[in-house]
Amino acid sequence: MIGDKDETMKETPEEAASPVTNVFQPAERGTAVIEVRDIGKRYGNIIALSDVSTSVRAGEVTCVLGDNGAGKSTFIKILAGAHEHTEGHLLIDGEEKHLSSPREALELGIATVYQDLAVVSLMPVWRNFFLGSEITKGFGPFKKLDIDFMKKTSKSELAAMGIDLRDVDQPIGTLSGGERQCVAIARAVYFGARVLILDEPTAALGVKQSGVVLKYIAKARDRGLGVVFITHNPHHAYPVGDRFMLLRRGKSMGDFPKDEMTLDELTSMMAGGTELESIAHELERSMGADSKVAQEMKAEIT
Amino acid sequence: MTTATLDDERVARTSTLTKLLKRPEIGALVAAIVIFVFFAVTTSTFATASGSSTWLRGASTIGIMAVAVALLMIGGEFDLSAGAMTGFTGLVVGVLTTEYGLNIWAAIVVSLALALAIGAINGILVMKTGLPSFIVTLGTFFVLQGIDLAGTKALIGQVAIQGMTNVPHYDQAKKLFGSSIDINGSGAGGQIYASVFWWIAVTAVATWILLRTKTGNWIFSVGGAQTAARQIGVPVFKTKVGLFMTTAGAGWLVGMLLMFTTSTVQSNTGVGQEFIYIICAVVGGCLMTGGYGSAIGAAFGALIYGMVNQGIVYSGWDNNWLKAFLGVMLLGAVLLNEWVRKRAETAR
Repeated sequence: MIGDKDETMKETPEEAASPVTNVFQPAERGTAVIEVRDIGKRYGNIIALSDVSTSVRAGEVTCVLGDNGAGKSTFIKILAGAHEHTEGHLLIDGEEKHLSSPREALELGIATVYQDLAVVSLMPVWRNFFLGSEITKGFGPFKKLDIDFMKKTSKSELAAMGIDLRDVDQPIGTLSGGERQCVAIARAVYFGARVLILDEPTAALGVKQSGVVLKYIAKARDRGLGVVFITHNPHHAYPVGDRFMLLRRGKSMGDFPKDEMTLDELTSMMAGGTELESIAHELERSMGADSKVAQEMKAEIT
Repeated sequence: MTTATLDDERVARTSTLTKLLKRPEIGALVAAIVIFVFFAVTTSTFATASGSSTWLRGASTIGIMAVAVALLMIGGEFDLSAGAMTGFTGLVVGVLTTEYGLNIWAAIVVSLALALAIGAINGILVMKTGLPSFIVTLGTFFVLQGIDLAGTKALIGQVAIQGMTNVPHYDQAKKLFGSSIDINGSGAGGQIYASVFWWIAVTAVATWILLRTKTGNWIFSVGGAQTAARQIGVPVFKTKVGLFMTTAGAGWLVGMLLMFTTSTVQSNTGVGQEFIYIICAVVGGCLMTGGYGSAIGAAFGALIYGMVNQGIVYSGWDNNWLKAFLGVMLLGAVLLNEWVRKRAETAR
């Protein structure tokens, strides 16, 4: 009901009125679409992010891992065009770029699926799917929505992603969290994204639902998209990831291809091995060595 | 609408009736039928040609506003200045023509331009400041009310426009806004006023826009989830300002209809009606929180209002019962709507 003050999404009305129409041919698998070199972001004298390097390749999943406050959101905001970087280089198709608006990123084929998914829960699935890029037929004042086409297309596009919906006319709010996530992904894919940024898609989901979303991430990858998968859960990242970039306290802890990394290494690096160990010791002391929590903690580290 | 390719064996074939029952306006439709039957049976004049002519006319002007307000509410905003606007636009035409001798059509156009400008100001203020539209339009409501009363008095020295019928070309404009046709020959009452046709047209156009056009999609989305709509590329600013201008435009239309039907306009015309519009929209299925509702439902809501308003008179009851009835209707409708919304929003 109140005006929206989200400054990261500034746009002029003219910009917003025109749907993004650029459609990209899928790049050869493995070619780098986005390259990030020593990128950084300062807000005044606060260094939110520094010295981050990684790449996003067509047909591969780049996982960005980090705990809360590690700089993950700053990083994706730079890629999504919501914030401009202040240091380093951002290369898209080998060309240096500064993204100044989400729309600019969209026009380069970089689509972001935010945590809130940008869906309107009371609207039917098919209306959500085409929201902002509606298909119309007819002329002038009699221009009307091509409802048949949109229903069919959203149903078939979702089916191609492996989501078999009973009825695209149901409000999207009636879908499960995982399914909604997948509609958002399918929508980005259909509207020409070649790089998909997923902001913690599994954060609010249960085990089973997370598995479903991981499956769709793999599907998107197999369709030749480059995927940036942000998460704090190494168990979600490892099965689908081709490349892992770890962030801690605004700094990159390295960028590793999958073959240089095991799940255990990833987990301990991610949690900051030594830190966890000291917590485990402390727990042992305060709760007894054979308390359940301490046992579990130990098992997790070693 | 659904074609063969969309059929799915897991979806049981829904009959047209079941589909109808899911529409937001169904509650208002049922209530309207019940109320019509009730007054038709209990009073002798209600269902006659002259009886229905009266309540249809009352419902029509309220209905036009309710439909516009419903669009705005689906878009997630309120407009409390809508009622005062119907008086303001009429007064502008009245003062310009009777006092300053301006051509009546020119005055009508000036009045429309002013209304749209005020609507745009409402919208821009709401969008730029992020303040609730309830507060912003409450402000414009009082400003308009003040201008209607004090401004009119200062300019023409009285609080009602007189002598409209002597204005050149008055008949032309009356034909468009204030005429009526007899349905059962001459005399005997039973006219249908122009406002009724305007009401039907406005409802039809609004329903078409809401359900069959891009703009309709945008209206639902800005009311349902503004941030999400913006992220996905919906022109939120344009949509909302457009909606405020639409209610202001509807206020102008109703201002003209009232004025040319009665050939006068009072300084306090429309004041206090703004909540009636909102009640009609809510009774018609609009959520107070936006993102859900129906234009045709708001038209039914206005029909209910018009029928009860007149039915109470025909029944010989105390007129003030209308207020109590409206309150009960509003509460009932809000509870029903909330229940519908929860069902639509919760995961299965």
